[in-house]
Amino acid sequence: MENGNGSDFLRAEGVVKDFGAVSVLKGVDMHVKKGEVLGLIGDNGAGKSTLLKTITGFHRPDGGRILIEGKEVSLRSVSQARSLGIQTVYQDLALVNELSVFHNMFLNGELTVGPFLNNRAMKEKTAQYMEDMGVNIPSIDTEVARLSGGQRQAIAVARAVYSDAKMLLLDEPLAAMGAKEGALILDLIQRLKEERGIPMILIVHNYAQVFDVCDRVNLLRNGRIEFDKPVGETSVEELTEIVISEYRKARQGN
Amino acid sequence: MSEKTGETSERATASGSGTREPGPARRLLGALVRVREASILLVAVVLAFYFQAANSAFLSQQNILSIARFAVPYVVIAAALCLLLICGEIDLSVGQSFAFAPIVMYLAYDKLFLVLPLAVLVGLLAVALVGLINGVITVYLGVSSLIATLGMYFLLAGLSVTLTGGFPATPPDTNATTQVLGEYAWSGTIWALVIVVFLQVLLSRTRWGLHTYATGGNPLGSREAGVNVARIKIGNFILCAVLGGFVGIIEAFRISSIDPLAGGPQLVLLCIASAVIGGTALLGGVGTATGAFLGALVLIILQNGFTLQGISAYTFNIILGIAILIAMILNVYVARLRSAGRV
Repeated sequence: MENGNGSDFLRAEGVVKDFGAVSVLKGVDMHVKKGEVLGLIGDNGAGKSTLLKTITGFHRPDGGRILIEGKEVSLRSVSQARSLGIQTVYQDLALVNELSVFHNMFLNGELTVGPFLNNRAMKEKTAQYMEDMGVNIPSIDTEVARLSGGQRQAIAVARAVYSDAKMLLLDEPLAAMGAKEGALILDLIQRLKEERGIPMILIVHNYAQVFDVCDRVNLLRNGRIEFDKPVGETSVEELTEIVISEYRKARQGN
Repeated sequence: MSEKTGETSERATASGSGTREPGPARRLLGALVRVREASILLVAVVLAFYFQAANSAFLSQQNILSIARFAVPYVVIAAALCLLLICGEIDLSVGQSFAFAPIVMYLAYDKLFLVLPLAVLVGLLAVALVGLINGVITVYLGVSSLIATLGMYFLLAGLSVTLTGGFPATPPDTNATTQVLGEYAWSGTIWALVIVVFLQVLLSRTRWGLHTYATGGNPLGSREAGVNVARIKIGNFILCAVLGGFVGIIEAFRISSIDPLAGGPQLVLLCIASAVIGGTALLGGVGTATGAFLGALVLIILQNGFTLQGISAYTFNIILGIAILIAMILNVYVARLRSAGRV
């Protein structure tokens, strides 16, 4: 792995996270350069989501350091990570079914006039974002409970993107999607990378999708990053082989 | 699918743009279900007409004032509880805060010789502390609020009786403060309306309200989005206890008596019933203060109308039970219709 240098946006050094007796992260070293899209892969339960949540202040790390643009940070809350420009799209999307699209879009970043919500401004901006992203929804007044998986995902991504994100963390952004909706999100990620140079960490299961948009791949296993290669130096076959060999070992062990 | 629905009155007023052409009966049902407040208001009006027809004294000035004054504690506590229910919690001890605040106020005035406005403040601070404790036990110690506030219910009930020796006390003599705080015939009603409007604006127009809905609708998701769920919940526990205590002080001045037994189970249970009849979901995420207000009004009209007709309190409980069951079934039915995208 490279040494730390000025081109890193985010750097994790020896990050440890335990849940009681269970040690999930045992010393993760990871870095994301400015403008880089990092694909994070790993088996179910490997701790990928835990790693993202530790980076964003949702969990407090039990050891190690996290540096953002070269400066060590100690994140106490998701709001604090947000104020540093780190935005997350969680696997469960963190949408509130009972609220409208535009209220979800601005959840915890509401536009206000004095003490009151500026619903009109939030509606206008939401409509504009949806148009910019090419997302079709019945109405921005609709409760998100009524939207499809892809529409919900698009709203969650849009929320993260349009809140002045300096870095985006996406936990399985294509999980609940059909091919068409998935392509929409991949296009969006591609555009964010090219037009804005926003660094990203993408948790992905489908390796073919990794090669579409990622610059580099990290494999999280046994609580550590055990594999780190630019996509140009690896292949779908190699990644698949790594995972398959793991299964073989597991079965022989039995 | 494209029609708007609304659990807030603001959104509920927006018209839908459905493509189907449902029959008029179905459309009316859909509209009633969408605008929950309107349907409860309709029930209140129908009841008023019925009781007026049965006994012309019902809409007499005397009886209207009687209803308006009697409804005050129920309306305020139902609306305050509503916020807590929306964020996914409950406060069974709010009726005891209602009894406790005037007792603390009385002791601060009578034993500590504080001026009355200061004594009122001390009473409110005491119940704010009660709300804080309820909130901290629920949020940080992970005890279900149903249990935490049940414990607080008995604790406060015991404290109130102990502090007063079990006998009602007489509040301070008439002055400007006591007039404003309940002695003047309409002051309680004015306070109640102001509080309900305040709570409704808080719910539908401010970040606090939006985060209250978000916290109850999706606690984990709200936390992931950075909403300070703990602060919202604890804040609403405090708000509920303080408003319960405040209306307790108003009631004490109205009836010129500080009763340590005023916080019995009937009060809080009727207020929870009011909120539920008013469309508040007990599991959180849905409800309005206006709905809770109307729910309380319906119950008070029922109670008053039956009393005028000479029907016993037992019959009232039977009707109340049926009303709650219908309201709950309707809640479930509406939720199903919604998720099926039919309303």
